[in-house]
Amino acid sequence: MTHSITITVNGQAYTRQVDARLLLSDFIRHELLLTGTHVGCEHGVCGACTVLFDGEPVRSCLMFAVQADGHAITTVEGLSSDPERLHPLQQAFWEAHGLQCGFCTPGFLMTLVPFLEANPTPSEAEVREAISGNLCRCTGYQHIVDAVLLAATRLNGD
Amino acid sequence: MKPAPFEYYVPRSLDEALALLAEHGYDAKPLAGGQSLVPAMNFRLAQPAVLVDLNNLADLAGIMADGEGGLRIGAMTRQRAVERSPLVAQRAPLLAETLPYIAHPQIRNRGTVGGSLAHNDPAAELPAVALALDARMRVRKQDGERVVAASDFFLGIFTTALEPDELLTEIVFPPLPPRSGVAFEEMARRHGDYALVGCAARVTLAENGKVSDSRLVFFSVGDGPVQAVAAAKTLRGQRPGPAAMRASAEAASQEIDPPSDIHASADFRRHLAQVLARRALTRAVDRASALR
Ligand SMILES: Cc1cc2nc3c(=O)[nH]c(=O)nc-3n(C[C@H](O)[C@H](O)[C@H](O)COP(=O)(O)OP(=O)(O)OC[C@H]3O[C@@H](n4cnc5c(N)ncnc54)[C@H](O)[C@@H]3O)c2cc1C
Ligand code: FES
Ligand code: FES
Repeated sequence: MTHSITITVNGQAYTRQVDARLLLSDFIRHELLLTGTHVGCEHGVCGACTVLFDGEPVRSCLMFAVQADGHAITTVEGLSSDPERLHPLQQAFWEAHGLQCGFCTPGFLMTLVPFLEANPTPSEAEVREAISGNLCRCTGYQHIVDAVLLAATRLNGD
Repeated sequence: MKPAPFEYYVPRSLDEALALLAEHGYDAKPLAGGQSLVPAMNFRLAQPAVLVDLNNLADLAGIMADGEGGLRIGAMTRQRAVERSPLVAQRAPLLAETLPYIAHPQIRNRGTVGGSLAHNDPAAELPAVALALDARMRVRKQDGERVVAASDFFLGIFTTALEPDELLTEIVFPPLPPRSGVAFEEMARRHGDYALVGCAARVTLAENGKVSDSRLVFFSVGDGPVQAVAAAKTLRGQRPGPAAMRASAEAASQEIDPPSDIHASADFRRHLAQVLARRALTRAVDRASALR
């Protein structure tokens, strides 16, 4: 049994016919070819697949695409509308070496963008807690924390 | 790592949802936040033929005051909403204190209170808190409703009193007696991981400052929330000084029978139980004393 769904992704509405069992992560990657959203574990542990669902970060591997019918999704591709200009958090990741292989990065970004909106002046401890649901096998997290603090300073205009 | 095929229904009303469950029985599963069910389906540990998605049942979500000091929480209320609720902080501080320990914000944005209680993972925080607070579960099926006390609800590993055609609709937290203090403690290797051991304490003081009632509920030490009934009783009628609390915590760590697994040995769990129970009792007593 397939279902007709319409999902707004990064501001654009897409209508597709999908199987109920299609994961939202696979819909984003395979149907929409938005491969910025990564899939690491498919059981909610790694955070690589994090996207914004109606503005809140969620695991896209733990939702079915049919459940997003009528809802709005933001993926990492939606962070900046200008391909020549990164989102300030992306820019800070770049400058502070917040990534090595980059596999985890989209999940970190999609977790941290709403975090910084809600808490524009986080302490280091708060940043560490905010990223506790995202795994990175390369950086040792230190540079990710540095990047978030750098972005916070810039976003606050100092 | 992909779920097996299933039929998907997204009912618009509770009656419609209950009718679907009545029709499909054991073949069907309600889908709440999906934060436990979908991983199990991805691994094919669960292969329900029918999913009844509760996410459009707005009536099942909400946090309401109940009489003087009580609280009612709809089963589909997101854990994140409970965490952020001033009403919960005021009327069920134990719940408010516990919420941030459950998984991560991304998971709590989807995960529901009802889903966690219905799932009854032995490592889950909320069943222990529900038991410590004498919560009552409102359970509906097509032709009726019943209310199940927390002490009768959690039956074993991933098992509750819910029948396949029933839905948990609401959880009622009665007000605590006067001069009651509560506290929550857990030890996990990483913030957000399932705890190695956790403990919820509740202490009520009599007007003379002696303990009139006390409760210790552990999780991750058995096949669901585990009450250390005898150990908690040792405090009753006593002045809650450090020695009495230490003795009660020590007795609790002997009363429970934790498992050994890859995460921790039984001995280590007992040790943690003793330390966490002592800390939780101490804070619960401090809070109760402040109310005298
Ligand atoms: C990485 C990760 C870490 C986690 N860490 C923790 C943790 O530290 N502590 C913790 O407690 N949990 C943890 N969880 C689990 C999380 O809290 C889940 O949200 C919760 O256990 C289940 O709630 P849910 O709403 O997602 O339910 P679902 O996954 O949708 O459902 C769980 C089960 O309950 C049934 N069910 C759901 N709602 C109802 C209802 N109203 N009536 C009848 N049956 C119902 C479903 O059919 C299913 O069998 C973690 C999950 C992940 C992915
Ligand atoms: S792929 Fe979703 S959390 Fe790992
Ligand atoms: S940069 Fe490689 S996993 Fe994080």
